[in-house]
Amino acid sequence: MFREAPHFDVRDYLRKEMMPHFLCPGCGHGMALRALLWALHELKIDRDKLAVVSGIGCAGRLSAYIDANTFHTTHGRPLAYATGLALARPDLHVVVITGDGDCLAIGGNHLIHACRRNLKLTCLMLNNEIYGMTGGQVSPTTSETRLTTTTPHGNTEPNFDACALAIAAGAGFVGREVTRHVPKMKELIKHGLQHPGFAFIEVLSDCTEVYGRKNDMGSSSEMVMRQKSEMRPSAYRDSVDEPFRSTDLPTGVLARNARPEYGAALRAAAAARAAK
Amino acid sequence: MNAIDRSHAKPAAKLLSGNAACAQGALDAGCTFFAGYPITPSSEIAERLSVLLPKAGGVFIQMEDEIAAMAAVVGASMGGVKALTATSGPGFSLKQENIGYAAGAEIPCVVVNVMRGGPSTGMPTRPSQADIYQTRYGSHGDYPIIVLAPASAREIYDETIRAFDLAEICRTPVILLYDQVIAQSSETVALGGRAPVHATRKWASGPRESYKPYAADADGVPPMPRPGDGYRTHTTGLTHSESGFPSQDPETVTRNLGRLYAKLDHFRDLIDSYEAVRCEDAEVVIVAIGISARAARRAVDACRAEGHKVGLFRPITLWPFPEIALREATQHAKAILVPELNIGQLRLEIERQLRDRRVEGLHLISGEPITPAQIAAAATKLATEV
Repeated sequence: MFREAPHFDVRDYLRKEMMPHFLCPGCGHGMALRALLWALHELKIDRDKLAVVSGIGCAGRLSAYIDANTFHTTHGRPLAYATGLALARPDLHVVVITGDGDCLAIGGNHLIHACRRNLKLTCLMLNNEIYGMTGGQVSPTTSETRLTTTTPHGNTEPNFDACALAIAAGAGFVGREVTRHVPKMKELIKHGLQHPGFAFIEVLSDCTEVYGRKNDMGSSSEMVMRQKSEMRPSAYRDSVDEPFRSTDLPTGVLARNARPEYGAALRAAAAARAAK
Repeated sequence: MNAIDRSHAKPAAKLLSGNAACAQGALDAGCTFFAGYPITPSSEIAERLSVLLPKAGGVFIQMEDEIAAMAAVVGASMGGVKALTATSGPGFSLKQENIGYAAGAEIPCVVVNVMRGGPSTGMPTRPSQADIYQTRYGSHGDYPIIVLAPASAREIYDETIRAFDLAEICRTPVILLYDQVIAQSSETVALGGRAPVHATRKWASGPRESYKPYAADADGVPPMPRPGDGYRTHTTGLTHSESGFPSQDPETVTRNLGRLYAKLDHFRDLIDSYEAVRCEDAEVVIVAIGISARAARRAVDACRAEGHKVGLFRPITLWPFPEIALREATQHAKAILVPELNIGQLRLEIERQLRDRRVEGLHLISGEPITPAQIAAAATKLATEV
């Protein structure tokens, strides 16, 4: 029987000694963090058994704010660290927080192999289309023509559709949501956390201070209101050959499959061999 | 955790390659996790553990690259298990950032580097001893690390066990460094003969509220929080305070980095290991590791037979360098000979340690091991000159 979780107060899940946090005013990452904590609360996941592994960048710093077993690892590698941790400790619930640069550029190899392996991990990729921590350089998800500190005349590289990549690589669960819809984000993350294999969830988040300012995208509230519509205008998409994306970025659950979970399969194979 | 009771282990001898001895040593040390990536000449360690570890209830995984293998090993150790990876020069270069993470965040782990010819892809099937400084200074920043340099299959077995013990006791990565010849030559290995230290990790205990994950005991090592035990701490590669959270406060940074760097000083009795052969009256002391030390051992006998007072000092622990033992072994030496498969790496350290002595190198970079005759000739020449 489903029971209503007690009232959710985000402060119960945050480390007070780490406040005030270091995110910029208007940053979308706080909403994504709230949705994650809300999902953990509703699923009643024991924080003593919760491990949050993050990489480097603005998204990578979020793990430090969560009152759980948290590991802030090296740039691009949180999925590889989490793979070792989850295999060594199948009793832990392992969540990875990463960003678009961390996950798709320097850590891209680990993402596709984590999808292929299908080890039970929940990977939350916060996509703000920019390297925010280092001052606003172009990332693999920066939309074409956008201005960044390393594309002063506009980005000329096609961007990645991270979810299409994850689906193609075989991830057990793939979903996308925008920070504008915190309850929807929470529900999507809950689905991901409950998935028995590798769950990849992309959250489209806004970097107002660096990306928004550089591209005259308005205030943080204006950026949030324009998510799903003008933030990634179709005019830009139509102007280039995009191998992954032909229509608007879809949100919600995009793929779910029942491939065997890697850790359990590994243990079963070992047990079968030991019994021989 | 995975303490294995080795008291009932019967001493047995097996014909094993150095790499096979390493795999067996890891298993006997209580290692339950291996992540690796194929690379010559270390792959036999992975292949063997892919058979042995699952049988013993452990985990073997071949990762997508060398970086991921190192990261997975550190991740597994953060979860509380003894973890190993093995590689060779190019892969070892790729692992450096995460070795630095393990050193800075104080996560125990063991990394095998089987040396082959370099730089770059170099000579994958030929021996070399040119990673002496990469093992010590390969990652950025100031950090402590232990490097063990065994010279036979038997010693690889023993030193693999010691590597795990030291990693757990000192909360540090330990590098096992040996060359391709020793890795792939088969020798008789007596198993279970050496009494292991039986090290288990010092886990955090006591009240959660007042617990600080990087508040060290008197021995410089902080007890480690095990996920699931309720401490809910933060681990980061950022410079951190005793609380584990990032800090850039100058005093806090100086205090914590200073404690980290000096940590191994408390354990030098356990860490330092060496072999000194006929050094008591030696006028020429040969200093060598690995396959070069094996050849030097025979050169010592040849020189002694000719009446030359030649000895051998062989550091088994390469870093921190056993400098006190070196000074003792060379107190009568007028000259030092350093034969090695590189252009002068170990020689540089010996010159640094013995500034008042004549130090000569015998360096071979052809991809072949140095022969006893080559070393004996160089030592004889030195003995007649001094």
